[in-house]
Amino acid sequence: MMSEEVILKVEKVSKQYRLGIIGTGTLSHDLNRFFAKIRGKEDPFLKIGESNDRATKGNSEYVWALKDISFEVKRGEVLGIIGKNGAGKSTLLKILSKVTGPTTGAIKSRGRIASLLEVGTGFHPEMTGKENIFLNGAILGMTKKEIASKLDEIVSFSGCERYIETPVKRYSSGMKVRLAFAVAAFLEPDILVVDEVLAVGDAEFQKKAIGKMQDISNSEGRTVLFVSHNMGAVKSLCKTGVVLEHGKIMFTGSAEKAVNYYITSERKNSLSNLALRKDRIGSGEFKFVGITFKNKEGLEVNQFMSGDKVLVEIDYVKNPEFDASRIIMSVIFRDNLKQIAASFLSDELPGELQIDETSGKINLEIPNLYLRSERYEISLISFNRRAEMEDALDVIDDVTYINVLKADVFNVGNLNREGFYAIMPAKYYT
Amino acid sequence: MLKIKVKKVYLLLIKCQNDMNQKWLFEITPKTKLIDLNLKEVWSYRDLLMLFVKRDVITLYKQTILGPLWYVIQPLFTSLIFTLIFNSVAGISTGIIPPFLFNLAGVTTWNYFKECLTATSDTFKKNEQIFGKVYFPRIIMPMSIIVSNLLKFGIQLVILIGFYIYYVAIGQNIEPNRFIVLFPMLIVLMGMIGLGLGMIISSLVTKYRDLTFLVTFGVQLLMYMSAVMYPINLMKEKLVSVEEGYDYSWLVDYNPLAHIIEMGRYMILGQGTVTQFGVIYTVLITLVILFLGIIIFNKTEKSFIDTI
Repeated sequence: MMSEEVILKVEKVSKQYRLGIIGTGTLSHDLNRFFAKIRGKEDPFLKIGESNDRATKGNSEYVWALKDISFEVKRGEVLGIIGKNGAGKSTLLKILSKVTGPTTGAIKSRGRIASLLEVGTGFHPEMTGKENIFLNGAILGMTKKEIASKLDEIVSFSGCERYIETPVKRYSSGMKVRLAFAVAAFLEPDILVVDEVLAVGDAEFQKKAIGKMQDISNSEGRTVLFVSHNMGAVKSLCKTGVVLEHGKIMFTGSAEKAVNYYITSERKNSLSNLALRKDRIGSGEFKFVGITFKNKEGLEVNQFMSGDKVLVEIDYVKNPEFDASRIIMSVIFRDNLKQIAASFLSDELPGELQIDETSGKINLEIPNLYLRSERYEISLISFNRRAEMEDALDVIDDVTYINVLKADVFNVGNLNREGFYAIMPAKYYT
Repeated sequence: MLKIKVKKVYLLLIKCQNDMNQKWLFEITPKTKLIDLNLKEVWSYRDLLMLFVKRDVITLYKQTILGPLWYVIQPLFTSLIFTLIFNSVAGISTGIIPPFLFNLAGVTTWNYFKECLTATSDTFKKNEQIFGKVYFPRIIMPMSIIVSNLLKFGIQLVILIGFYIYYVAIGQNIEPNRFIVLFPMLIVLMGMIGLGLGMIISSLVTKYRDLTFLVTFGVQLLMYMSAVMYPINLMKEKLVSVEEGYDYSWLVDYNPLAHIIEMGRYMILGQGTVTQFGVIYTVLITLVILFLGIIIFNKTEKSFIDTI
């Protein structure tokens, strides 16, 4: 029964912001609001406002950063909150951590909420590491006694023992972050709000931090709200997930499904109409006219996680006279410098290309996309007999792009690093 | 019989569950009650208040040569200049009290109010960084300023006492009033009025930056209106003119700070004009300002991060 207890309830929370310059011009709006209020009427500016899509220009100078957000979190649950930049994640966290109030709606909580929105808040450069531990801890809601009892642990976790009596201004930036995270990690709130603090420090410390996060959520049974762009981390840390888009909740469910939803919603198909492209090389007897990437569920996406199964469907048209029996083609993944990161050449791979009809579909199945997290440009090439330029049938660059997201491909407990190079299945032993 | 018991237990269970559903530790809602000061919460953050005080004290004069001596130099030189200008040049009489001591007493009490006001009126803007990221009762910040200024005031008070003893030693006929026992109350009163005004200004500054300009020179003007370097009686006399037919003495009568300064001098130096009206009025207006300050501060703290 304990585990079913709802510890945090968010009820129809909305947040309105005013765009543009907020200056003395607000005085008239303030007066308007005030008069509406004393007459017992609703705030006249709450009726207006539009959803927060930063890409499209709106008419109203008021926008809803959040609109009717409702969800519940149970005790011990680790909830991932995902969404693009500007989806309202940070606003939601700010409201949850009481930094700013909601415009309408309510949040009910049965536990103390502490946030790791930004580590090292309130560090004073002139004070020593130890003094700052006390100040920072108190700002985050600990009492002096609590901090004193954990001081040794905090200091050793940060790995700054030698500098602990030195003013923080003499610290390297990495040391500051370590010290700050150490303080925050030893907080004991009922609900912990984490916003991508894992992206700090060196690799060794990151591992320590992720380990601590897992400890907190697993063994200690703490409720954690985790906000991240890192789909791999969300998948491995969270049980449930919420997807935000333009200030609204688009999806609630298991973390796995939420990540999938997020990836599919990111799909981009504007570039896949290749038939109209003019910037191509080749005889034109064979032409690519469309490309779609699908994930293992068969959904059209342009984001994959490292190691995911990828299905590529390529549409083509062909001159009826042309004999395509000796065609060689490839789907090429290029890095940001146009260098080839991977190429799937048809004459090197098993399977058969049967191109008899004047139009049709070619499928490429990649069982595991062993590429690291980056954005890859896709090129399509096709040749007759030899893979040389004089035999080119159709060559197009930048047909679309694919985002590869970080994952723990071989389930070793570490996310793979970024980079435009392959992750190979292999094993160490001694 | 058993059935009834089971039903009772069952009902009790449901009741428990309902109670649990009702009981939330706290709620975050947009509408604030007019006064929403959770004193229990503020008390639970008392360690933070003391740590802020500690921070202010140990960091203020880091990397200065004279260090805390600045606490002393500032009032001494101000009093010296006041004595030169107002007493030597302008010839204002301070009665049997040596003019320098008279001014020093005024400046010391005035300084505490001034420091409290100017420092707290900056609360939201100065702490935007911290306030934007972490929640704690915002009122902790201005309160910590009031307390840490107390230390500064204490040092200046020691200087005042030093000169006091010096003047008594050289045979000046001065002695404190028996109301000196109420002096701590006066300090509390000054702290409260400084806190209240500071909170009001800091709340308004988040939206209307004009006020930052007003504070610096407003405080300066207020000092002249608060009888810091002349006796309150003398000031009132000069503000009334029967021949020209004007009476601006209300400027002093309704200025709580003039009363506070005068009360301070009355307690320490045993000379001054303290009226019943002045005392009651000052206490009342201080409470009103503090109360108003808390209300406005409370309203602002929930949403200031969006408007600053």
